[in-house]
Amino acid sequence: MIARRFVPLLATFSLLVVMFIIGGFQFEGFASFQVVTNLLTDNAFLLVVALGMTLVILSGGIDLSVGAVVALSGVLCAVLISEYQWPPLLVFPLVLVIGTLFGTLMGSLIYFYKLQPFIVTLAGMFFARGLATTISEESVGIEHPLYYAVADSGIALPGNAWLPSYAIIVLAVLAGLFLLTHYSRFGGYVYAIGGNSQSAALMGVPIARSTIGIYAMSSFLAAFAGILYTFYTFSGYALTGIGMELDAIAAVVIGGTLLTGGSGYILGTLLGVMLMGIIHTYIIFEGSLNSWWARIAIGLLLFVFIALQKVLNRSSQRG
Amino acid sequence: MQQEQSEKALFELSNISKQFPGVKALDAVNFRLFPGEVHALLGENGAGKSTLVKIMTGVLPKDSGSIQLQQQEISPSNTAEAQKLGIAPVYQEVNLLPNLSVAHNLFLGREPTRFGCIRWQQMAEDARQLLKRFKLNIDVTESLSHYSVAIQQLVAIARGVAMNAKVLVLDEPTASLDSSEVDTLFDILRQLKSEGIAILFITHFLEQVYQISDRITVLRSGKLIGEYPITDLPRGKLIEAMLGQELQQVTGEQTEATEPAKREPLLTVSNATVPHSVDDVSLTVNKGEAVGMAGLLGSGRTEVCRALFGIDTLKSGEIKIRQQPVTLNQPADAMQQGIALCPEDRKTDGIIGPLSIRENIALALQVQAGWWRYISPEKQRTLANQYIESFHIATPDSEKPIEELSGGNQQKVILARWLAISPQLLILDEPTRGIDIGAHAEIIKLIKSLCDEGMSLLVASSELEELVAFANRVVVMRDHRKVAELQGAELSSQSIMHSIAEV
Repeated sequence: MIARRFVPLLATFSLLVVMFIIGGFQFEGFASFQVVTNLLTDNAFLLVVALGMTLVILSGGIDLSVGAVVALSGVLCAVLISEYQWPPLLVFPLVLVIGTLFGTLMGSLIYFYKLQPFIVTLAGMFFARGLATTISEESVGIEHPLYYAVADSGIALPGNAWLPSYAIIVLAVLAGLFLLTHYSRFGGYVYAIGGNSQSAALMGVPIARSTIGIYAMSSFLAAFAGILYTFYTFSGYALTGIGMELDAIAAVVIGGTLLTGGSGYILGTLLGVMLMGIIHTYIIFEGSLNSWWARIAIGLLLFVFIALQKVLNRSSQRG
Repeated sequence: MQQEQSEKALFELSNISKQFPGVKALDAVNFRLFPGEVHALLGENGAGKSTLVKIMTGVLPKDSGSIQLQQQEISPSNTAEAQKLGIAPVYQEVNLLPNLSVAHNLFLGREPTRFGCIRWQQMAEDARQLLKRFKLNIDVTESLSHYSVAIQQLVAIARGVAMNAKVLVLDEPTASLDSSEVDTLFDILRQLKSEGIAILFITHFLEQVYQISDRITVLRSGKLIGEYPITDLPRGKLIEAMLGQELQQVTGEQTEATEPAKREPLLTVSNATVPHSVDDVSLTVNKGEAVGMAGLLGSGRTEVCRALFGIDTLKSGEIKIRQQPVTLNQPADAMQQGIALCPEDRKTDGIIGPLSIRENIALALQVQAGWWRYISPEKQRTLANQYIESFHIATPDSEKPIEELSGGNQQKVILARWLAISPQLLILDEPTRGIDIGAHAEIIKLIKSLCDEGMSLLVASSELEELVAFANRVVVMRDHRKVAELQGAELSSQSIMHSIAEV
């Protein structure tokens, strides 16, 4: 008997496998290892953002600023590297620090002034997007040897597949977040706050530190995703990642994390991102369908998952 | 006293004072705990019990005075600090995390780790070992919400003990436990006591005080009334100490249950059935009559109340008001028929916490008036002040958020909300739960006077003596069915107990 809490996760996983099999039968080359690695590479920044979002949602909050932070850090990277000729290895840490500070600020506002995360991060979203556009309205290309080197590196896998360094980095982030969420005290605190922050405080959970840490982490990961995005596109652009925060939320929910907080899994988010990715891939392979059909499918999927969570929740309360 | 002085207090609070805006919550109060004793802290709501507990557990800062633990001056500034010092609080409503596993709840913040990684297996094993002491053999990896409140309560105590608590502060731990669960809890407390842990026990069940406590400290209106060995303070004296001059009013209230004249029925329920909660229940409430409803938790008491207020709809059966069949699909329908319900769970179903007393009182009246007839704040205030005065609601004014009131005062506000619409049938579900003696007596008095004024009441309660005190008739529920209806000479707490227990 599988524990009830794993059911949404399993549902997502089964759907992913079913999609893969159906696609494999329908289209040549769909059920290949290359498609899987491509899913990982094409959705790398979304996955990184969604991992941070998972932490935030587990704690019962929300972070709407991540898409804008992705754009801001991308633009910062591009401008500093291309226009100011700063070395990338100086720029990246700087951008990550800026992102983290940004999240720290939002987390502090949320905790100390007891503000709604929704509104604080909405403000953060406008602020970061505005700042990015002010820095550069145009897309800024990046020409740097490091970028080419990274793009060319990777690991050759059996079966003629290629795992780009880019995907390896994402997997490392995934592993890190997995450990942080499921094997660290901080992770326990995130669940505790999401379960009931008042009880958590009475049980001695450091609410201030944890809350601020959660938003700092989310923004850090968003900044990281912004850097990844520059590797993906060889440019930085202020209009990148519009609506990415919503895709991330969708992936987290499809991955079985409750929007009310306190319940969910990091690997669920991976599955959520992959499922959304495979729907896109399927529609591309299909060829005749408008790519917006992917949106329709994801919309329906979200409805189904929310309903599923509701049903599971209710039956577990009765039981 | 001499024997006590030879021993040193483990935990001692001296001259503690605390001022809140407009109220002196604590006035130079002393309190001490010796190792291996259960010490009951008693007093009415507003006596200062919870303020004192909050100060000793680090939730609130004290204004003046000193706190000593093992002769060391301490001043915990938050719960975590107090817990580290060995002062573990267990609150009335279980303040654990239902979404985490039992084991994680026990060890949150102190998880066994290796290289910074939590060792889940080890933690589960530790949890099992710990719970063995409490004779709890449960799956510790299952989430806490999976278990009953009684088990959650024990887990909360186990958590305190696991943190090497020297002082265990139990704030109304038995409020939601049935009697066998209370017995289990007391067995465990006796065991902890023998291990030298000092236990502070707050409750409003006086019989439990005499079952378990060694000493009693009584507070009244923020002042220390006294500290007594249990043998020196029989129940009568205790109530006197808690209530002071008010004692006369409470005990003088022994009126005989008035014999109901043949009155016309206001509410007639026949063969009402709601799937899984009410099974073929018939009952009548006459005009000007108070009908009690007894039964254990889950017997269908609350469910009958819900059905009569239109929260749950009947699958079969009939409800008649003044001989007219009615359909109650939602609370608004019931209100239309002059029915009001004070729900059992005041916190989640009764009060609207952040709203003021005024707004909470005007709520039902505004609903009855409808969308387009707004009751002006001025009118609301007049209404509220009227009830604040007549019910002795302890508040500086009608604008105080209801969540800042004590339980008894909140209950009075909820009563006022429903009385404001002048209902013909007032349903009270556990109206005195978690309420101190003074407010308790006032509410019973109020029930009686409402009946005298011709209002009909249906009161579900688990306190049998209370039911006997005011009810003309008592309906006994068991397993969602009505199993007895007692009145007149056959009505006594003994007979109700027999019906409940199926003797």
